[in-house]
Amino acid sequence: MGKVFKFHNDLDTDQIIASQYLLLPTIDDMKSHAMESQDPTFAERVQPGDFVVGGSNFGCGSSREQAPSVLKALGVKAVIAKSFARIFYRNSINIGMPVIVCKELYDAVENGDDIELDLLAGTIQAGDKTFACTKLPEKMQEILNQGGLIASLNKEEA
Amino acid sequence: MGMTIAEKIIAAAAGVDSVKAGDIHTVELDRLMSNDGTTHLTIDMYNNKLKNPHIADVKKLVWIIDHNIPSDSPKTAASHKKMRDFAREHGIDFWEGKGVCHQIMMENYVRPGELIFGADSHTCAYGALGAFGTGVGCTDYLYAMVTGKSWLLVPETIRFNLTGKLREGVYARDLILTIIGKIGAAGASYMAMEFVGDGMKNLTMDDRISMCNLCVEAGAKTALMEVDDIALDYLHARGREPKHCFKSDEDAVFAAEYDIDLATIEPIVARPDFVDDVIPAKEALGVKIDEAFLGSCNNGRLSDLRVGADLIRGRKVHPLVRFLVVPASNEVYEAAIKEGIIQTFMEAGAIVMNANCSVCWGSCQGVIGAGETLISTGTRNFKGRAGHPDSKVYLASAATVTASAIKGEITTADKL
Repeated sequence: MGKVFKFHNDLDTDQIIASQYLLLPTIDDMKSHAMESQDPTFAERVQPGDFVVGGSNFGCGSSREQAPSVLKALGVKAVIAKSFARIFYRNSINIGMPVIVCKELYDAVENGDDIELDLLAGTIQAGDKTFACTKLPEKMQEILNQGGLIASLNKEEA
Repeated sequence: MGMTIAEKIIAAAAGVDSVKAGDIHTVELDRLMSNDGTTHLTIDMYNNKLKNPHIADVKKLVWIIDHNIPSDSPKTAASHKKMRDFAREHGIDFWEGKGVCHQIMMENYVRPGELIFGADSHTCAYGALGAFGTGVGCTDYLYAMVTGKSWLLVPETIRFNLTGKLREGVYARDLILTIIGKIGAAGASYMAMEFVGDGMKNLTMDDRISMCNLCVEAGAKTALMEVDDIALDYLHARGREPKHCFKSDEDAVFAAEYDIDLATIEPIVARPDFVDDVIPAKEALGVKIDEAFLGSCNNGRLSDLRVGADLIRGRKVHPLVRFLVVPASNEVYEAAIKEGIIQTFMEAGAIVMNANCSVCWGSCQGVIGAGETLISTGTRNFKGRAGHPDSKVYLASAATVTASAIKGEITTADKL
């Protein structure tokens, strides 16, 4: 069970982590600034196991991998959105953070609601409602199962 | 079934006869560009996360410090040093302070038919030379750096048939903003945008780079153009030859096709905070501005600087406006000096800066404060993109930006 943190359609990666923090030495140095422009209290309030819920075209804009990385570093369990911009989607899988397409969830939940994600079953439980998630393409599920692209590469090269 | 340009490039890179949209293929990459936005993290992963750290083919790598150059803080300097030291140690082609990464790539590396990963979303610019460029994050980059390969989902293609000619005072920048406004910020999501037609002969290389560069703002994976004499002249002038020159087959399948008469395009402004929120510039007249920016990988090339200089010659920057002029590369800068363009901007009171990403990415010189408004030829106008979250960015052509810098409010060149 985790809490919902909800963001608008076309939420771009500059909002997830602003340019001015990208050249800090590590992701841990950046994570306290996640979503700062949208909600300066986000990084303090979000707890491991919580969810970011987005509308359509979530993660558009810059290819900065720092965007999914700061969310993962804060313990976000998954980003669930109506649809994703492709670079954010690919980056998230590569770092081993689930990105879930679910068209119905957005309008059915509010900030602070508790939801449960069953990754294996591909369902989300929100109150008394259950929503089906879209399956990941096989190639991406494989990468995610191994914990990300680097783990996958290390296995290939073993 | 026929193939699109995107499909042909992927087929060649995958070593197969044909591919179709929706397939996933393992591809050999021709070139891997990375800049200071993420490379320090790539290096950390290379050093600390890999079982067997190595580089498949160092000749494919190009590393460019362009985003925060010269560095703006000791922490940036440390990230730059990490990148510089690694590049030297491994013999990676390395550029620093010579220009914005995509302009350096176009001037020095990109060849038609190549498949290029860039750790920057605007890598789609390379389609202006018929190359498949696409933006990736640093983990994808690292995988490709180590293996020389990656995997790609073959994109569908949206085709734009261009006819006619842009009217005087209307630019490629207005055209591509119009197209993005029409199809929306996710209108080409996961797709390639292909530009063809008689109208192409009226678009210069500078125009074409500007168009392809911005396609990611419609969600596109890449942008592509056919390689004609204009592209070949650009390539040959820089001593390069194509790898392959592809055209889409007549029976290739397109997800959508649009016909655009270039003569119908008018000056456009994208309003804060979304690139696809476009209106005719004449509907934005009178908005007070604090800063104007002429530069970036989108619109900082010689022809853009010429447009600005022609407008501002004999006039002055408005006393309440900072007008930043930032050539996209030193090649552009030196040509502008020779033509007297830099002198013109300085006499008018502009601040002429070194070739870098500048305020376009909001973490370099020129960032704006709370409550301030910028009009920009940069790539994006997202909330806080140019500095403080409570600042505003309007996007427009070099002409509209320069005219606005003179007037102190948004205006078009014909109103000066």
